[in-house]
Amino acid sequence: MQQETSHGRRHVTRRQLLQSFALAGLGVVLGGPPLASRTSAEVASATHQWAFVVDLRRCDGCEKCTQACQQTHFLGKDQTWIKVYKMTNSEGQAYTMPRLCMHCENPPCQRVCPVGATYRNSEGVVLVDQSICIGCRTCMAACPYEARYFNWGDPIPAPTGIGPTMPEFPVPQRKGTVGKCILCVHNTREGKLPACVQACTMDALYIGDIVVDAAANSRQTVKLSQLLRENDAVRFREQLGTRPRVWYIPGHGQKLDF
Amino acid sequence: MHRQQELVLEDVREAALRPLKPSGRTFWLLAAVLALLAVWGLVAYGVQIVGGLGAAGYSDQGFWGIYEANLVAFIAVSYGGALVSAILRLTHAGWRAPITRLAEATALFSLLVGMSFALVHLGRPDQVWRLVVSPQLSSPIVWDFIVVVTYLLATAIFLYLPLVPDLAVVRDRLSVKGGWRWRCYDFMALGWRGLPEQRRTLAQGVKAVAIVIIPLAVAVHSVLSWAFSLTGRPGWHSTIFAPYFVVAALYAGVATVILVVAGFRKGYNLQSHIELKHFRYLSYIMISLDLLYLYFTFAELLTEGYVMNEETVPVLSSLLLGQYAPFFWLFVLGGGFVPLLLVAIPRTRNVSGIVVAAALVVGAMWLKRVLIVVPVAAEPLIAGPWGTFHITWIPVAITVAAAAAIPLMLMLFFKVCPILSIDEMEEVAAEKESHNAAAWYKASAKLEEGSIVQ
Repeated sequence: MQQETSHGRRHVTRRQLLQSFALAGLGVVLGGPPLASRTSAEVASATHQWAFVVDLRRCDGCEKCTQACQQTHFLGKDQTWIKVYKMTNSEGQAYTMPRLCMHCENPPCQRVCPVGATYRNSEGVVLVDQSICIGCRTCMAACPYEARYFNWGDPIPAPTGIGPTMPEFPVPQRKGTVGKCILCVHNTREGKLPACVQACTMDALYIGDIVVDAAANSRQTVKLSQLLRENDAVRFREQLGTRPRVWYIPGHGQKLDF
Repeated sequence: MHRQQELVLEDVREAALRPLKPSGRTFWLLAAVLALLAVWGLVAYGVQIVGGLGAAGYSDQGFWGIYEANLVAFIAVSYGGALVSAILRLTHAGWRAPITRLAEATALFSLLVGMSFALVHLGRPDQVWRLVVSPQLSSPIVWDFIVVVTYLLATAIFLYLPLVPDLAVVRDRLSVKGGWRWRCYDFMALGWRGLPEQRRTLAQGVKAVAIVIIPLAVAVHSVLSWAFSLTGRPGWHSTIFAPYFVVAALYAGVATVILVVAGFRKGYNLQSHIELKHFRYLSYIMISLDLLYLYFTFAELLTEGYVMNEETVPVLSSLLLGQYAPFFWLFVLGGGFVPLLLVAIPRTRNVSGIVVAAALVVGAMWLKRVLIVVPVAAEPLIAGPWGTFHITWIPVAITVAAAAAIPLMLMLFFKVCPILSIDEMEEVAAEKESHNAAAWYKASAKLEEGSIVQ
């Protein structure tokens, strides 16, 4: 196939070169997806589909949720996976708003990750595999809820016996990777409440299950759909198309600039 | 070919090969200083690896900063090569000939330096192999990787191909036949003998790469911009970003070519080959891009600001009136209007004036990239105080090292390769000669006819 020139050197024709490029390109396209790391292609679980409800009528801004989360996951002071914002709405009313990861059904963070470290598990929880994360922080740029936190230095060491770091229980955190609220899947898979829900003394935080149609705070369990419907629950910035799984119950007559 | 032309071409060869002769103390002193700065940057990177990106000044409310700006800025600088070499080649602008080698080499080295920032800004660079093995194709970062690597290949080829006949010249003139140096140059020269069919192949190859490198260059900066504009952040989520970044790159790229050409012209006394007209023409291109960039900036700010959308107002107002305003208006002045004036006013349209203008442009455009990255990353999305990028010595050292590495690599490169594209200059001279000869024959024919009076 290769041609000989008058100098005795063989050279590749233009057609051969273009053909090899096409083959290489095809190889990338065909071989890529099977090699790509886990995406949200996991089959949706029929047992649990997790959600979360924040009752803003009850939140008093005590931040016990933040502390409990940080203690449970051995986080630094700045890593507020659930963060309580002091807000003032457009009518001058002050209120406190806990913000955790929204566990979006259409997560922008997952879409932009170059290596597929962020993924949505079969129960609808968005997790980060810190063994894959390259630390580019594009997901932090993409999250409209600023719900992601980076390990800018050495993380807090976990006590012996805990580890290795898993997406479902990322303790200890890994330096140079992204971390965020994991909806305490390590608790919910054992039928226990997330740390923040347990710690909230105002019963303002509920863990919800769409399949079972139940929502539980630290004191009681109610019907999720009823809780949302009767209290005009809304989702934060849902016009962005993220389809968040966290609902907020506004106060009586309170205006939420969502 | 008559005697005069031979003398001229000999002059070109001598000048092109001048840097390959043993260099004096000034050269090695300068190289040592640049190398020291580069090493200091490597040390800083080592400290960053150990301490984490927090040591470089990053924080959750300043998750992107100088490295990301540098990534854009240094890759942008490589566009000078695409512009000067590729576009001017395709449009048969003969004046490009003495500066193409400098432009192409600058393009390759600045691209390499720029790409290194893609690594430097990562929290876990040791995992970067995953980009190759298991990329997620929906990510603009993956598109970035693919396009930039392809562009690197094209830029390297674009430097190498026109270099082949020149390497044959070095082989024949500066090395002993059969010696190791001769064999190296012969190998790199791919057995170049100047035969017509080799010339034809080379010409086709160079033309092909010149054509391909232009859409590639457009793609690279478009994709780089999409790493920002596809995140939906107010201040980044703008449709103008792709062409905006491409124009910015061309602008900064041409300015950098001016600086590199001026520096090496001075250092190697190439004044007889690189004349005032080269600087003038480059500066005209530069201010055309200046005006284009100002236009894009204005269009962008007007569109974001006029509607007073709550989302986009905070970043905008911080840039125009607030904490970042001094830097923004410094950019407008130093990168927009002063270079324009320096080139427009005949009194300052000399080599020094043009070089000052170009230096201002390069500095201001770097600042502008920082202004694109930092304020948007610093803005609180829900409530609370603004973040910032806390500059430490580490990003400063690494940025300075990057800036030093480019001239250092160029200096070392020209110790082994000719600084002027000998073959191209001969080709352009021959074209001009045959054009002049044709014109002469035409004129003398008309004279004989009697249609023009002597």
